[in-house]
Amino acid sequence: MAAEESYPEDLRYHPEHDWARVEGDLATLGITWYAQEALGEIVHYEPPEEGSSLAKDESYGEVESVKAVSDVVSPLSGEVVEVNAKVVEEPETVNDDPYGEGWLVRVRLTDAAEVDELLDVAAYRKLLEQ
Amino acid sequence: MQTLRRTPLFERHAALGARLVPFAGWEMPVQYAGIGEEHRAVRTKAGVFDVSHMGQLRLAGEGAREYVQARLTNDVDRIDGGHAQYTLLTNKEGGIVDDLIAYRRADDDYLLVVNASNVAADHAALPETQDVSEEWAFLAVQGPDALELLGIEVEPFTFREDADVLGVRCLVAGTGYTGERGCELGCAPEDAGRLWDAVLARGVTPCGLGARDTLRLEVCYPLHGNDISPERTPIEAGLGWACDLEKDFTGVEALRRQKEEGTDQKLVAFVMEAPGIPRTGMTIEEGGEVTSGTQSPLLARGIGLGYVDTAHAAPETPITIDVRGRPRRARIVPKPFYKREER
Repeated sequence: MAAEESYPEDLRYHPEHDWARVEGDLATLGITWYAQEALGEIVHYEPPEEGSSLAKDESYGEVESVKAVSDVVSPLSGEVVEVNAKVVEEPETVNDDPYGEGWLVRVRLTDAAEVDELLDVAAYRKLLEQ
Repeated sequence: MQTLRRTPLFERHAALGARLVPFAGWEMPVQYAGIGEEHRAVRTKAGVFDVSHMGQLRLAGEGAREYVQARLTNDVDRIDGGHAQYTLLTNKEGGIVDDLIAYRRADDDYLLVVNASNVAADHAALPETQDVSEEWAFLAVQGPDALELLGIEVEPFTFREDADVLGVRCLVAGTGYTGERGCELGCAPEDAGRLWDAVLARGVTPCGLGARDTLRLEVCYPLHGNDISPERTPIEAGLGWACDLEKDFTGVEALRRQKEEGTDQKLVAFVMEAPGIPRTGMTIEEGGEVTSGTQSPLLARGIGLGYVDTAHAAPETPITIDVRGRPRRARIVPKPFYKREER
């Protein structure tokens, strides 16, 4: 079942419709409800390699629907410590639960100060309204 | 910017929450509930597509039969009145200007149903025809239960006019673009809303262009503008069966020569053996190009059509698709990917 529209309070957001859940020097990354809704049913996730480096504001992977391909932009810089194998196997998990089981990667942050540049939920909602 | 045209069903699509996109100059529904769900509805039960954007050219009067024979590739004398035929319009080089369905109403009266994007090119190549697209709206009702749900019968590639379907006067044709049983219903534009509502009331799922594309690709029906074009011939595209090379028509010499000498490339079907979804325009590293690709809802893997060098065109040949810089393994397979089961 497709998820209801939501934007959790405890996440930080990137204007390209990506989210980060920061816990110490680790962060979990994914795409927002808005992003998965715009794409439609996700049928393929092209993940980065574990151990590879992500740069803030740059693409680290792709999600694809039947009709379209979308780059996934990293909200933060870091090193990939885990790829969500469940989403590789069952990409529709992103549609079902974009902030829970549908996370895409976990990273070890290389510049924790970047977190302050991200949007909070109020700012992200404002961006969506525009 | 050109204004997009809308079919008589536009408000209904919007009210159903369809995602509307530009297609061939029209604002058309690409999906309602979701491409996968709509695809499965057509494979297992029934779906309805608004195909009112397609064009209709009429050719009637003395000499119409000879004209059709001289301009279109298939032998129209293989069908009687009340039958329809898949045929091609080719240029002097044998390139495919369009693929279409010719409805033989009488020996000297034909209705040609053509691709929306090619109406102008077709009309230019067939100036003796009359563009009657404005007079028609069309719905395609497709799926194993389609005819039963509508309470009608129609044999494949036959049609009848002035039939009553759910209280609307229709042309009923046993044609479609999904590989399933079903029909296409032509009616006056002012009746299209009533027909659409009546079809939905029978439990038929509204389906958009997204599912239309995945359905046609699984059965390897070519899409003009992708898999076939004025730069490709029916011989390269595997459509020689729709060309009568014994008769004379525009481009026949080129096609006879190609049939004799063979072609450099051929249109083949392939499945991905590695992760990734093939897309139009991707390079096939052994020599060739992807012309259509998607994730098959049925096979749950990437499938595609593309031109490859004839030396690499046999089924089971491994090929490599360049998926945005990543080489990914694929394998050529016999067409089609899917064939419906007889009931």
